[in-house]
Amino acid sequence: MTAAVLDLRGISKHYPGVIANEDIDLTLHKGEILALLGENGAGKSTLMNIVYGLQRPSAGEICINGNPVVLHSPRDAITHGIGMVHQHFQLVPDMTVTENIMLGAESVRHGLLDRNSAAQQITQLSQRYGLDVDPAAIIEDLSVGERQRVEIVKTLYRDADVLILDEPSAVLTPQEVEGLFSIMLRLREQGKAIVFITHKLKEVMHIADRIAVLRNGRVVGHAQPSSTSEAELATLMVGREVDLSVSPALNTTGDVVLDVHAVQATDDTGQIAVRNLDLQVRAGEIVGIAGVQGNGQSELVEVLTGLRRCDSGTITIGGIDLTNQPPRAFTETGRCCHIPEDRHLYGMVADYSVADNLVLNSYRHPPYSNRGAINRSAINQQAEVLVQSFDVRTPDIETMASSLSGGNQQKMVVAREFSRELQLLIAAQPTRGIDVGSIEFIHRRIATKRDEGVAVLLISAELDEILSLSDRIIVMYQGSVVAEVTRAEATRERLGLYMAGVR
Amino acid sequence: MSWLRGRAPLVTLLIAAFLATAVWVNTTSFPEGSWQAQWLPVFFGVSALNFTLRAAVPLILGALGGILCERSGIVNIGIEGMMLAGAFAGFVVKVATNHWPLYSSLSVSVLAAMLAGGLMGLLHALFSIRFRMDQIISGTVLIILALGLTSYLYDRDAVAQGKFSAVAIPVLSDIPVIGEIIFTNPPITFAALILVVVVHIALFYTRWGLRTRAVGEHPGAADTMGVNVNLYRYANTIAGGMLAGLAGGFLVLEAVGQFQEGMTAGRGFISLAAVIFGNWTPFGAMAASMLFGYTQALQNELLLAGVVAVPRQFVSMIPYVVTIVAVAGLVGRVRPPAASGKVYDKDGH
Repeated sequence: MTAAVLDLRGISKHYPGVIANEDIDLTLHKGEILALLGENGAGKSTLMNIVYGLQRPSAGEICINGNPVVLHSPRDAITHGIGMVHQHFQLVPDMTVTENIMLGAESVRHGLLDRNSAAQQITQLSQRYGLDVDPAAIIEDLSVGERQRVEIVKTLYRDADVLILDEPSAVLTPQEVEGLFSIMLRLREQGKAIVFITHKLKEVMHIADRIAVLRNGRVVGHAQPSSTSEAELATLMVGREVDLSVSPALNTTGDVVLDVHAVQATDDTGQIAVRNLDLQVRAGEIVGIAGVQGNGQSELVEVLTGLRRCDSGTITIGGIDLTNQPPRAFTETGRCCHIPEDRHLYGMVADYSVADNLVLNSYRHPPYSNRGAINRSAINQQAEVLVQSFDVRTPDIETMASSLSGGNQQKMVVAREFSRELQLLIAAQPTRGIDVGSIEFIHRRIATKRDEGVAVLLISAELDEILSLSDRIIVMYQGSVVAEVTRAEATRERLGLYMAGVR
Repeated sequence: MSWLRGRAPLVTLLIAAFLATAVWVNTTSFPEGSWQAQWLPVFFGVSALNFTLRAAVPLILGALGGILCERSGIVNIGIEGMMLAGAFAGFVVKVATNHWPLYSSLSVSVLAAMLAGGLMGLLHALFSIRFRMDQIISGTVLIILALGLTSYLYDRDAVAQGKFSAVAIPVLSDIPVIGEIIFTNPPITFAALILVVVVHIALFYTRWGLRTRAVGEHPGAADTMGVNVNLYRYANTIAGGMLAGLAGGFLVLEAVGQFQEGMTAGRGFISLAAVIFGNWTPFGAMAASMLFGYTQALQNELLLAGVVAVPRQFVSMIPYVVTIVAVAGLVGRVRPPAASGKVYDKDGH
């Protein structure tokens, strides 16, 4: 047995009134990938911030290579060979890769920065670990995947032996995730120890050597991928059994609510994104749109919510022609609600309180406002009710939306959108980047809406989500509908082929 | 090369063309009474160019001070106040040391001016970082404080004796026209031009500069790499204040020779415009300061040349119109440091 490179003994972190971590023991060995699995708010990030010197533990001891250390700052952690890739990248956008990597550990000659030697070293590291990073590139020109590799090189540049990857796959496309995994394996081969923080079960099963599950700040279980299952892990993580399947629609012969006829639209660059598309959604059914991202789904959603003009075709909701009407006509005349794919851009105002966010779609109407004057107490009352019934975990309704976790932000958006009387629900990537518990909750709510007779259009990049929710599945490829299958006929393989353009 | 991007090459070319024209105009004799003889010196004469530089120096120094602050993430609209404090401190020390040898007295006064500016910088940093005050408000406080204090403390009977005079740099000052305009100047003017280069190199080619820019653009990135964000912000705000103080020192010790109430007369604000117009770069800010200085020179020269066809009020408008057009219209896409004006909170959010 090799010595532990990192050994946490009885780490606790208490905030006033909150226990973020309680008596956590964890051991990490050279050349292994330890997955730290847990829902949002389980204390994974707090724990790793402690290990990286960003926060001080209330109790407990950190040992590195067998020696107890006290980490006052990231600088101390770096000195002890710990590197961290944060979930929100810590890169200066208008600087080059080299400048970002050398920041804080600059090589200097004659008092001036020595960019060349740093760039050389970066190229060497990048080749050794198969990272493919261009030292001269400017960060803002790089894709998310490339930025992440820059972050990894940043830690290697400082000779890190322990790499902490905080939710590294949350922001990546499936292809990029594959790339990340091969990098992680390469790092492991070279003797690096990796802590992989995630809430995605599939990934854990795929890449981890060992798994530690965190819940409510405590380690609730250890496992190995070979001797556990996704269901078992999900149960450990959430603390009860999780069931993501949803029963099919009771009745799929309702009236047509959404009728899209021969719609054509272009994307921001003027390319045709939606091509002569026909689509109908009936009351009481969920129609799922599957497809690889970038095949016109986002533009379609924007056209269907009034956020983008369509060049030709008609959109009818509940018998009323709403083609190229403003978004408010869709929400108010069309009684349509929209769970947007980018909640930060279209779904919420990050600097507003939870209460204000919860009335963004209804603040204009009584009882929330009366002749232009806002009625605070009605808004707060409504907020309390929605926070309760949608299980939005927030300290109070005055908290800024930006300080909630992703899953709770999404529940807040859903709570608001569901708070009005609806006939059509358009849900785009409704569970992107959120934890299993919240996914289950949101799926349930969508199914309930359907059972109440709302027509639901679901757009998702996650095949599992499409398969478990949809009554009917439409596949989009290059802006057109290439296939339509019922729930019973659909299999992953079949949809995968359609998504790749094979008919 | 980052230098080749954006407007820098075009601006450099324009300045070179302008200087070449100036050399040509001042070394050619035009026939008496021709339009060339009457008008070209107004636009390109040595006196116009000298005036330009003199008007530009306080703007350049103020702008450099502003750049240091803003690059590290502290918005500084208080340059005006820092300048005024520097001018007053320089004046007070000059008056107190009138009996010293002239250059010792002037040197101590310059130091005093920078010290006063630095103290104002420290105050701004304390307000902004320690007490998390809104940085626009803190800057406004500095301006009002400086205006009020200096007016209250100003002794109308005090007289400063002597000021810096021009020094000709051997050999270089013999170059026709250019030597006369650039290489024959008083010390603070030289210092301002040299400081442009120094600040440029410091910002873009040293460890300190890399960290300063990172702190101003993305403090989280700097912090997670072990850089002390607030330390860099304090240091830069104080250094920026010292440069603005030097600008005030220039007004008293090199340009006018005396202090007057509110003598900075908006130069701090024009410096701020130069920071923005110059896209937060030292050379850009210098070019912008020169442009603003030139418009003042032009106003002056046109009035001296006795322009009567156009009412003089319109001539007097030139500097302001150019400033408005420059800042509003020609700026194009400039981008302030991303974290400018935001308090860095370690716990994020």
